[in-house]
Parts: sequence; C-alpha cells; structure tokens
Amino acid sequence: MEWARRLLAGDASAFTPFVESIQHRVFQYTWLMCGQREDAEEVAQETLLKVFENFDQLQDPERVRAWVFRIAKNFCLMKRRRSVFAPERELSLDELLPGTEDMPRSTQLEDRGELPDERLLRAELGQQLERALRELPETYRSVVLLRDVEGLSTAETAEILDLSIDAVKQRLHRGRLALRKSLARYLGGNGEGKQP
Amino acid sequence: MTAQHSNHTHSARDPRCLEVFARLSEYLDGELDETDCRLIEEHIEGCEPCVEFLRSLRRSIEASHHYAAKVEPGRIPPELEERLKQAWQAALARRRSA
Repeated sequence: MEWARRLLAGDASAFTPFVESIQHRVFQYTWLMCGQREDAEEVAQETLLKVFENFDQLQDPERVRAWVFRIAKNFCLMKRRRSVFAPERELSLDELLPGTEDMPRSTQLEDRGELPDERLLRAELGQQLERALRELPETYRSVVLLRDVEGLSTAETAEILDLSIDAVKQRLHRGRLALRKSLARYLGGNGEGKQP
Repeated sequence: MTAQHSNHTHSARDPRCLEVFARLSEYLDGELDETDCRLIEEHIEGCEPCVEFLRSLRRSIEASHHYAAKVEPGRIPPELEERLKQAWQAALARRRSA
C-alpha cells in the first residue's frame, strides 16, 4: 500500500490518509465481527494504536493489509473472550443444499400480481447482506469478510486466521453457500437453486 | 467427477450435482485446474438448475464484494491521534537505529 510505503519513509503527509483508510477498513471488519458499535470502535482504535506502535516491524508495505487485519483479528478475539461466550456452530454442506426457501423474491412479487423490480431487489439485497453476514457463525464470517469483503487472498486470509489454505477454502465455500441461501430471495433470476 | 449429464433431472441429492456443488467456490475463484474446470462446465451446460444456482452464488459473492457498512466510524479523538503520531515517530526512530 502506497501510504504505508510513504509512512515508512517518514512522509508525514501520508499519516492522515493512511489512518483514515485503515480505520475505515478495520471498522467495517470489527463492526461485523463484534456486533456492537462501541466494541467495533474500541477494537478499531486499539488496532490502529498497535499498528503504529509496531510500525518498525512492518517489513513489506505490500503486506500491510494482512498485517493490520491480523492485529484486528486478535483484538476481536480478545473482545469476544471478555464478552459473553457464544458457542460456535459448524455448517454442514447438507444444510446448505438448495431448498424451497430459495424461492426468489421476484417470484413472490409476481404471485401478488406485482412486477419484479430489479432495482428494488438490488436495494433489498444490500440491506439484507449485512444481516446475513452477521448471522453467519463467526468461523465462517471472518473468512468471508477477509476474502470477499476485503479482497484478501486465500494465503493472506490463512495467515491472518492461523488456518491452512484448505481450511480457508472450506470455510469460505460454506460461508458463501450459507450467505447465498440466506439471500436467495433477493438474488433475482428464475427459481434459483429451487428444486423442481 | 463424471462429465455425463444430458439434462438430468436436478435434485439437491443428485451426486453429479453434489460434486459440482462442493467445488463451485474454487471454480469461481479460478483455483481449479483446466480438467476440473472443463468437467464442471460440461456438467453445468446440461443442468439448468445448476446454472441458476451458480448464477445466484456468483451474485451473492458480488454483493459481498460491494458491501459497505452503513455505519461510519467516529472521528478519531485528538488525544488518540497524537498518540498514534508519537508511536509512529518512535517506530521510525527504532527502525533507523536498527
């Protein structure tokens, strides 16, 4: 990341844009991992402080995002340990198979004699996505957030979460399938995933 | 994975569909080799419900790519910003002296 490279070179003009960029990205992650705004803000700020306290340890600016998210992940874990323990649930492929709940919302609208509206579906999809992400078990949510929301690679995600490449791929797939299932009504099309 | 499909009647329990179902993320992420990609594409070509399933999965993933939290983080308090600057300067000093 360019801002990190400039900060390492001592360029003070990179400070504010770097902080704003990292704060925004990390807050989005902590917001969906922690659940409460206050917790998300606190974890994002703790992450920023840790990043700067250890900035001399950043060897490669290209890897700054993975480095920052690893710190954020650790703070999220600590926050979770301090809060109420919520047991994790494993998603089986079996429960993610397409079923009748997949009937797209467009079909439901047609059933009521209304025309499907692509823009309406898109807006609803956006609104429902956050709910669906929050409802994902944490094991899958963290992988989906890092891979699909933050755009980190499989290898970077594995490094951040201390997982094998295969474990990241498996969790990502199950997380994506769970999201698809949860959002199926808002994904448009004709009978997606619906059994005949 | 077998490539036989010929417009089979789709069922969530159809083993041919299940094989595709299990590898769709790797397929969409370009992580499968050419042979596995071809087998999946040959299956999907003859299985309209699988095409629809793949389409909805892709759309769901694209929605995640475009996700933006509606809640913005609050402004960083001035005292924290000062601590961040001091920590950065101290880290730079350690780096130079290393």
